Amino acid sequence: MGAPLRLLPGDSRGAAASFLGLLAIIAITIPILNLAVPASSPLHVSTYATALIGKYLCYAMLALAVDLVWGFCGILSLGHAAFFALGGYAMGMYLMRQIGPRGVYGHAVLPDFMVFLNWQELPWFWYGFNHFPVAVVMMALVPALLALVFGWLAFRSRVTGVYLSIITQALSYALMLAFFRNDMGFGGNNGFTDFKDLLGYDLQRDGTRVVLLVCSAVALGISYLACRAIVASRAGRVVRAIRDAESRTRFLGYRVESFKLWIFVFSAVIAGVAGALYVPQVGIINPSEFAPINSIEVVIWVAVGGRGTLHGAALGAVLVNFTKTYFTGALPEVWLYALGTLFVLVTLFLPRGLMGIVPLRAAALPEPVEAK
Amino acid sequence: MKLKQFCVAAGLALAALATPHAVLAQATIKVGVLHSLSGTMAISETTLKDTILMMIDEQNKKGGLLGRKLEAVVVDPASDWPLFAEKARQLLERDKVAVVFGCWTSVSRKSVLPVFEKNNGLLFYPVQYEGEESSKNVIYTGAAPNQQAIPAVDYLMKEVGVQRWVLEGTDYVYPRTTNKVLEAYLLSKGVKAADISINYTPFGHADWQTRVAAIKRFGSAGRKTAVVSTINGDANVPFYKELANQKISAEDIPVVAFSVGEEELSGLDAKPLVGHLAAWNYFQSVSTPANKEFISKWKTYIKKPNRTTNDPMEAHFIGFNLWAKAVETAKSTDVDKVLAALPGLETPNLTGGVAKLLPNHHLTKPVYIGEVRADGQFDVVWKTTGTVPGDAWSDFLPVSRDTEADWVTLKCGNYNTKTKVCSGQNYK
Amino acid sequence: MTARPRGGWRRLTLLLVAALLATAVRAVAQAPDEEMRAALDGLGEAGFADKQAFAERLVASGHRSVRPLLEAWLDDRLYARADKRTVIVKAVDERLATYDLVDPLTLADAGTGAPAELTRIGTNNQLRRALRTALARFSFASPDKSVRLAAIRQMLPTLDAATVELLRHRATAETDADVQFEIATAIALAALDGDDVGARRAAVGTLSSRLSSDVRNRLAALLEKSDDGGYLEGDEEVRAAAAAAIAAIDGRRRIYEGIETLFFGVSLGSVLVLVAIGLAITFGVMGVINMAHGELMMLGAYTTYVVQTLLPEHVGASVLVAVPAAFVVSGAVGVVIERSIIRFLYGRPLETLLATFGVSLVLQQTVRSLFSANNRAVETPAWMSGAWQINGALAITYNRLFIVIFTLGVFALLLAVLKRTRVGLEIRAVSQNRAMARAMGIRSEWVDALTFGLGSGIAGVAGVALSQLTNVGPNLGQAYIIDSFMVVVFGGVGNLWGTLIGGMSLGIVNKILEPYAGAVLGKILVLVGLILFIQRRPRGLFPPTGRAAEGM
Repeated sequence: MGAPLRLLPGDSRGAAASFLGLLAIIAITIPILNLAVPASSPLHVSTYATALIGKYLCYAMLALAVDLVWGFCGILSLGHAAFFALGGYAMGMYLMRQIGPRGVYGHAVLPDFMVFLNWQELPWFWYGFNHFPVAVVMMALVPALLALVFGWLAFRSRVTGVYLSIITQALSYALMLAFFRNDMGFGGNNGFTDFKDLLGYDLQRDGTRVVLLVCSAVALGISYLACRAIVASRAGRVVRAIRDAESRTRFLGYRVESFKLWIFVFSAVIAGVAGALYVPQVGIINPSEFAPINSIEVVIWVAVGGRGTLHGAALGAVLVNFTKTYFTGALPEVWLYALGTLFVLVTLFLPRGLMGIVPLRAAALPEPVEAK
Repeated sequence: MKLKQFCVAAGLALAALATPHAVLAQATIKVGVLHSLSGTMAISETTLKDTILMMIDEQNKKGGLLGRKLEAVVVDPASDWPLFAEKARQLLERDKVAVVFGCWTSVSRKSVLPVFEKNNGLLFYPVQYEGEESSKNVIYTGAAPNQQAIPAVDYLMKEVGVQRWVLEGTDYVYPRTTNKVLEAYLLSKGVKAADISINYTPFGHADWQTRVAAIKRFGSAGRKTAVVSTINGDANVPFYKELANQKISAEDIPVVAFSVGEEELSGLDAKPLVGHLAAWNYFQSVSTPANKEFISKWKTYIKKPNRTTNDPMEAHFIGFNLWAKAVETAKSTDVDKVLAALPGLETPNLTGGVAKLLPNHHLTKPVYIGEVRADGQFDVVWKTTGTVPGDAWSDFLPVSRDTEADWVTLKCGNYNTKTKVCSGQNYK
Repeated sequence: MTARPRGGWRRLTLLLVAALLATAVRAVAQAPDEEMRAALDGLGEAGFADKQAFAERLVASGHRSVRPLLEAWLDDRLYARADKRTVIVKAVDERLATYDLVDPLTLADAGTGAPAELTRIGTNNQLRRALRTALARFSFASPDKSVRLAAIRQMLPTLDAATVELLRHRATAETDADVQFEIATAIALAALDGDDVGARRAAVGTLSSRLSSDVRNRLAALLEKSDDGGYLEGDEEVRAAAAAAIAAIDGRRRIYEGIETLFFGVSLGSVLVLVAIGLAITFGVMGVINMAHGELMMLGAYTTYVVQTLLPEHVGASVLVAVPAAFVVSGAVGVVIERSIIRFLYGRPLETLLATFGVSLVLQQTVRSLFSANNRAVETPAWMSGAWQINGALAITYNRLFIVIFTLGVFALLLAVLKRTRVGLEIRAVSQNRAMARAMGIRSEWVDALTFGLGSGIAGVAGVALSQLTNVGPNLGQAYIIDSFMVVVFGGVGNLWGTLIGGMSLGIVNKILEPYAGAVLGKILVLVGLILFIQRRPRGLFPPTGRAAEGM
């Protein structure tokens, strides 16, 4: 890489400021427009829209996590949906325990799906999930542990490129099959639904939804800042060097494996937290969240937005999902044509994603080097 | 520059979300259709979307309801469960539909349930399911286990003399519950535990060689064996193909299925399957004037003479007519008024009987057992004498034996008759 | 409707056989036709129990029309006319305006009738089984060996003295060794019911060399105790011999079960190889992460459906026609994709993922628009249905067998194309060193299109095979895409032999695990095994070597 190590366009101070500014605007205006403006006003933002935006913000966090490892470290993970789903399950378990005796069978401890499948007592891995702090720790810890073990095995033996992509996919697929099993104690295909409240606040109330939206915006902002700090740090330079020339970096004496491992684990934690915020907002977590196709979609959001630019990834996630929401409602019969064509066109004409539209900055930069 | 780019994109997104949708359509009554048109469930659900569109068309030709035309709002939840909840919210909050016809899988219903209860919507759910549920805001027009599974097993036990049972299902909640109900029922009828084999396979299971060989072995013990199949959707075709290839004929080991109907059979070569059974509340081959009319209307509407009809379509037919009747009775599309008018209403079904909505939001239905014919239709070989009332909470499961649903007098979907408590109610 | 007691059929068989034997010697007294006619004409309205009762009476009467009538009934050609008269329809064909009718008793022509005025006299499983068993006796002397075998096997579970007598009769005339073997089985089974201890011992001896479950069940019954605590079989030596025979049979059956599991594994493996082999070209050789691979297979399956619709009379040939047709269709679509999209993306493999994913969505929706979201019925040709019964315990299904052979054939052909033809040479040259290949005068663009077309065409061919196994619907591709990527990566990207061996071993391991762990856990274990394997060998079973490895 001939050009001096410098920040990619997305990470410029101005872009970061506008990204955070936009987040702040969302976090401030949406609650007001939803709660304070009467429903009759054209400015009113419906709860439906609030929930949607909240969901998009969680997706944006997930995209950020994928971009961190793919865009900056060259690890194409097709298994990040697994970390997202695990975080979601941790939150789901807390929410299930919060239902308490208000389930349809009125059992004091066991969730409904366990009652009618004749479980006699709570499995050990459900202990502690009735405490919110425990659940919060697990949301980050479980994805982190999985990423640590998996990453340690994979990076140590120098599994790279498509091999790594495919085994991350295998990991996610295996977890999906496992969670589909009713004998696992995670509710099988139906997963967890019918949540009542979070920390005592009714999940169906508009106020709670708005707070969740604000939390998602704040979490996204913090993750963004953290990712940006990592990328801009000395370690971040090494990480980018790994992306561009792994062997060369290794020969320079850097412990490539450790850098990869830690950035992978950190990324998994962001994905897990995103999943945890996602679940109370959509009201369901089930094993299809682990589906490999979901991981591929996340990669596509990042590619559409602009790989290697943090806010580009986030924007890509929002835009693709907004397009999907719009098309599935407006053109239910043909939306797949539209979405499919969009992906093809973006790849052909916007190789840097939407962030590449800006011609001046882009021209000055070296071509992104593919991770192979 | 960056900021501008952002703001334009985000502003566009927000504007599109916030704009009130089609303000001018006040004069029509909106009917939401929440069926997957893409993804894995599109195979089954697309037909149901078309059914409802046809029913709306018919109703509009008759002048609509309460002097207003009906307007369908079709969305595609794309076989994605969180998307079901999102689309349900869109239909109820943004489009303000009067009623929604939708869902197929249990998980999609579970996903939208809190949305319907929160927004006090009205959902007609047309598919046979595992029971163990009764919501104030849902009308279950498909069969509960006692309207499909139990009569089918009764038929096999009494008429065919089956003594050994394989309960083969896909690993999800409907087969798990149905098999639990059936196992309890069989044991109560004196079948030994060793004569019941229960097995689960994953969704979309495509390689059935090992399982079919195992069924063959289980069935070779010298006593009449039958398979009760709660195998879901995609896995059925490879399952039946493997049965045919391993030469398991219906005369040796009959398979009775609860999710294989005319439409599923139209997607495979039925000749090797002749004699295998299905239990439903409706068959296309039932010859009544109402059914003939429905079939010919459907073929005209869909413009394909070889399209079949099936049980969930009849459920939508009944559901739509019930709703229309309730709206006319209540003289309003207001959900509370319609819900008050619904229980006790009767409407003719397609097989010459009457479907009555019970206080537990389930229907009375006749049960038919059909044998597969070479042309993909069914020969009815047995039917119940009258109709069977749908039971939301199975009497054969210890957990739900004491639970009752009654939205007329008790005003509760899961009332425990022992503790006299109405638990788990969300938004009263 | 109640089930007929089984005893009825036993009695009936006795009567039937007596009647059959009698016919051979002298003319049998005809039952009064009028009475029979009245019963026959009531069939249109009768329940299944009455129908079965009628069949019993008919058989017992020894009427000369028993056989044609029962055959027509079993064949769904027995109809009731509007005037309640029961008739046999000569041939049921929807395209005929009128059906030619035959009187079921006199077998004389009975004019014609419009299909709309005829109501089929339905059967159910029990009735069909009874009819088939009744008819089996007529087949003992059939000139076709397989018909004789099937008839005897049909009778094995419900043997009675009269049938055995008939079989003894037949044994003297029978020349075929296989049929003799089955007759001996039947006679030995019958001998177990006799009073002669010596005959019973001899029978157990004969039966110990058999494998079928009917025999095993009968032997196991000898060891059961009756309600008063005594053994059903009085002789201790017979019981000991039976126990030994059961052990021997079980031992041999276990071996055959092992062989069966192995075959299941090979057959699953060859499906995996078949779905992966096209990807081994587009992904393995060209480096294109082709997410539309599954949809190209789907196109192949739909091509089979279309070919079958165009050739409704020739189901057997249609599958053979579909193979080249699917190759051309999918191959052409592949070339179009390559020329219009992928050629702009060489050197950026991960972006091919994005673009081909878009293509896969479009292709899925296209077939949904063209053929509707419903599955399409693809018929299995006669030569691919059924099973090859090797012995009483082992049968191999023809469709699986053909797919194994087909996979190996496709593999060999592809290998030959790559290794022995000019085109193959060019493909290998371009994949190894594009610049050098171009310098040597190879039109690399043309080769790219051809290679992608070849991979896509093979995906289409795989689709033809899948149409014989699973759903032909818009989701067909998605069900296999993950598996095919795993196989290619497991075997080693760019190595065809790796794909073959990788696919086969994944299939076999999966099938060996399945009986113990269950289908779900088995698959999870295979996936975890795959992950751990890649940690041990980060480039698959057969890692690419030399210059090609650097490109990976």
